[in-house]
Formats: sequence, C-alpha cells, structure tokens
Amino acid sequence: MAEGPDPRAGEEGIGYFEHGADIGVVGRGATVEEAFEQAAAAMFAVMIDRHAANPTKSVDVVFEEDDLDLALVRWLNGLLAEARVEKLALAAFDIERHGSTWHGTARGEPWRPSIERGVEVKGATLTMLSVRQDDRGWEARCVVDV
Amino acid sequence: MDLSRLEQLDEFRWLVTKSVGEARAPVILFGSRPLIEAMDDKVREQITNVARLPGIVGPAMAMPDAHWGYGFPIGGVAAFDPARGGIISAGGVGFDISCGIRCLRTSLTIEEVRPRVRELADALYRDVPAGVGEEGEIQLSTEELDDMLTGGAQWAVNRGFGSSADLDFIEEHGRMAGAIPTDVSLLAKRRQRGEMGTLGSGNHYLEIQVVDRIYAQDVAQVFGLRVGQILVSIHCGSRGLGHQIGTDYLVSLAKAAGRLGITLPDRELACAPIDSPEGQEYLGAMRAGINCALANRQILSHITRKIFSRLFPQTVVETLFDVSHNTCKAERHTIDGRDRLVYVHRKGATRAFGPGHPDLPERYRAVGQPVIIGGSMGTGSYVLTGTEDSEGRAFSSASHGAGRAMSRHAALKRWQGRQLVDELAAGGILIRTRSMRGVAEEAPGAYKDVDEVAEATELAGLARRVAFLRPVACVKG
Repeated sequence: MAEGPDPRAGEEGIGYFEHGADIGVVGRGATVEEAFEQAAAAMFAVMIDRHAANPTKSVDVVFEEDDLDLALVRWLNGLLAEARVEKLALAAFDIERHGSTWHGTARGEPWRPSIERGVEVKGATLTMLSVRQDDRGWEARCVVDV
Repeated sequence: MDLSRLEQLDEFRWLVTKSVGEARAPVILFGSRPLIEAMDDKVREQITNVARLPGIVGPAMAMPDAHWGYGFPIGGVAAFDPARGGIISAGGVGFDISCGIRCLRTSLTIEEVRPRVRELADALYRDVPAGVGEEGEIQLSTEELDDMLTGGAQWAVNRGFGSSADLDFIEEHGRMAGAIPTDVSLLAKRRQRGEMGTLGSGNHYLEIQVVDRIYAQDVAQVFGLRVGQILVSIHCGSRGLGHQIGTDYLVSLAKAAGRLGITLPDRELACAPIDSPEGQEYLGAMRAGINCALANRQILSHITRKIFSRLFPQTVVETLFDVSHNTCKAERHTIDGRDRLVYVHRKGATRAFGPGHPDLPERYRAVGQPVIIGGSMGTGSYVLTGTEDSEGRAFSSASHGAGRAMSRHAALKRWQGRQLVDELAAGGILIRTRSMRGVAEEAPGAYKDVDEVAEATELAGLARRVAFLRPVACVKG
C-alpha cells in the first residue's frame, strides 16, 4: 500500500494512505491522545484548508469507550457531527482520556467563502482501522468515506 | 486482480474459486477480462467476506464497475433470507443511504440550450447548494423532519416541490414504507436541519447532458429519449441524516454482532439478523434514510425545474426515473425455482427490474426499468433498461457508475483542478464548483472507462444499453 506526501498534509504527524474510493487518514504522536488529534487534523484537512480557519468557536465531543479502535472512530465521527450541527470549519483539536472517558474539544469558525474547500467526509469507517504503539510512538488510522 | 483465483464461467462472469475462510455462498464477479484484471484484489476479498455472512441466498456478486469499498465493495450485491437467519448489514448499505440519480428529461434540444448554456450553468451553480459546508434554505422543525422521514418524495410534493406526476417514476413510488423516525437518532435529525435540498460533495453532481447516441430505439421511444435532447442528472443522497444513521449503527451493530453470536469476517460488515430487534431498528432507520434521499432529490429537481422555466419558458421537465444505489430492500425473487422474500443489499449498485415487473410504472412495464450509469464529468453517462436475464443473474441489479480506477490520493497528486476545468471547458463541458481540489480528485482519468463498464453490463445480461449521454455542463459538489 502506497503511502506518501499529499497536498493536504504539509505537517508532521499527519498522513494519508491509499484506498480505492475513499481516503485513509493517519495521525501520529507521542501519546494516543496526540495521535487522535492528528488523525482529526488529517480528516478535516480533506475538507478544508485548516490553516485558513480561525479558532474562534469551540465544540466538545465526550464519550465513553474502552476499545481504542472504536474510540478513534467515535472521536472522528463525533467531530463530523458537531461540525455539521454547529456549521463550523474545524481546524484545531485536543482530546484527553481518563480511563474509558474521552473528552475532546475542537475549535474553528463558521464557514466563509474564503476558506478553501476540499470534499466532504461522510463518516469514519471501521475499515483498516488501527490504533497502535511502536517504538516511534502512537499511530491512529482508518478509512474515511467521502 | 489475480485471475488464478477465478474460474471464468463465460465471457463476462467469473467465479471465485479460492478464498480464505468458509464461504456460505458462491462468489461471482461480472465484467470483461480487462475490467476484472484491472479490479483491485480487495474487491474479491471484500465480496468473499460478504459470502460468509449468515443467511445469504444465491451468490454474493460484484458488478462490472466494482471497486474497493468499506465492508461490502462498491458494486456489491447480496441477498439474505430472514427465514434462514439472514442478516441486514449497515456496512452493506454504507453511510450515504440511498445515494442515487434522478434523471430529468426536458423538451429542449442542444441547439436551443447552447446559446444560453453559460447562463444556465451559472444559475444552477448559484441556486443549488453544493459542496462541503453549504446549506439549503429549507429549515425543518422536528415534526416536519419526522413527516419527511416517513413521506419521502411524496412529502416533498405535498410541500410544493414538484408534481405528483414525478412520483410514478421514482422507486417505491417516492415513499419507502416501513420507515421509523424514532429509530433515527436526534443527532442525525439535527445534522439534517439545514441540509434539505443540498447536493453534497465528492462524486455528487448536477449535470446537464445531451442525448448523443441511441442504442435501442424501441426502448428510447418509450423512455421519451431522442438524439439531441437535453437531460439533467442529479446525483446525491441522504446527506447528514444518512451519514449519521450509518455512523450510529455501524458501531452499535459491530458491538451487537458478538452478543448475537455472529462472527464478522470484517468488523465493517456490522450486522444483525433481520428478524432481531437490532436488525429491525436499523431497518426502520435505514428506510427513513431512503425517504430523506428521495425527498432531497425531489427538492433539487424542483429547484432545477424553476431555473429551466425562468430561462426557457414553456419548457417541459419531466422525471425519467429516480434510482437509488445504497440500499437494502425486501424483494420477492425466484430462487431455486421458489418465490422467496429476501433482503437485497445493493451497495453502489442499481436495481434493474426487467420487463413486466409489477413494481414498474405502467409506461415502462413492457420494456423494463430505466437504469442510469453515471460517468465522470468529462466522459458521459448511459441510460439502460432492466432485462429479464438480470433477475436470475443478479437479483435484478446492474452497475451504477464508471467506478473509480485510481484513489483520490493518487488523483490529487496527478491533476490540478483549475487545469482540468479549463481543459474540459475547451472540450465544450462547463464545470462550476466551489472546490478545485474536489475536481482534481474527481478527474475523469481517475475513473474506469464508462463505455467499457456499460458494454460489460449489457453483455453480462444485467441491463441493456438505451442511450449515451454526453455532458454539457456540470455543477460539482
């Protein structure tokens, strides 16, 4: 499976992998939380130029989940839902874990014409879903449906 | 694809002979040798996993446009029998429930439209909300949303969007029975509040097309098609509501599968027995999602009609047909000589009822259901008709599009949106979009050859070609 630079990435900790119809997103970090934050950044970079969106408003995503893989999917899908409901272009992400409780915050601003748009992500899937640790740190990845 | 794992049954049917794990049903791929050779091995892996699910009847199948998806491949078709513990799978329907194509036929010719095509494209671009982050003008209350979820396109017509004549030419007569709004989460409903009458993005589009070539004059006449005629195809689905239903049930069914004693070959095939409370709950929600998509396409058709009426007074714009791609529907099919009720999953596949089917509108009953294979913005699309053979071959199913040949990641590295838009304009195809990046990902070169897919669909006996439609202008989401 080819991995490599992508015009959407442009920053450390974010990556993409090949998938036939959709897009594989990858987040990497020193902690699982950082990997989740970077995976969220990778996903929203599919939809917008994140650097053009100002973090003027915030939304919270809170959930209970023991399974790390499912926690990633719930985090990403929670963000997609909040972004649509609150009509925000989200650009910055933080998440904390206390046991099986996850508390995430995302910041962004209402859509405006000057924010470059990519394609809408419909949902984060369970396909090629993995959250794992190796000697370089944590990596969180899955395919998102566009 | 590695052909050594396949046995060629005839020129356009291939049986998977070697698979990992125990398949409960045969696995058949439809397509010409070049299409099958070019298909990713993941298609075979994914459709073989489908054949391992409980209660499957008949073969698990991949259509000629199949490509690697999540859970089911895109282009995957499989039927399950509730009387044999058959399942319903959220991964077999996908996030964009009832994504489909509404095809409108106009009384205009290309000669009449050509002088004002820029004005038409600009008006459609201005009035049809398209692209990520765009909202519609229709804001529904909770009660109105619930009415829409049970009423589908019939609800939209009652609200003044289009006419009741449209309903005859929409699957399920515009309203999917058995939708249960209480099975849809509050979050899904909140996501939909500003999204009625929006196109979405990605591979969604609204395209002005001209009938370029007729293959079957007898059927074309019944469908009301003639060379030079202007059509409009609207490709979109159930928007945020469908996406959230998919999200909600994918995780809940994945967790329920273990509790229900189902071993999933792939977690994405999250499913529950059709007759279980979990299965019935998903079914109620998924059917509500279908109604949302039918209502959405009805509203977009109405917006399109208004624009045509403004620019071309006296023009008649009628619905040719409305097909859904991502569904699970209860249908009666003859299996092993017996008439049985089965739940047919079509993920990225079109229903294609043949001549005489009782669910077809009277106008089309003698020739079969219109089937639309939507191509990329630079190539073209096909109108086909369902065949008698398709019933026995694929539970009356056919291809739904050209099918991707290249990932979005690869397309984005290879093409630039602005350059593509200019090249297409030079070739006589106007593109209107809010996302140049989206255009690059949707480059015509990233798709399979639609001519080859349509030909294979016909020669495999799934549907018969009626007309080829050439793009004139396209509003990309």
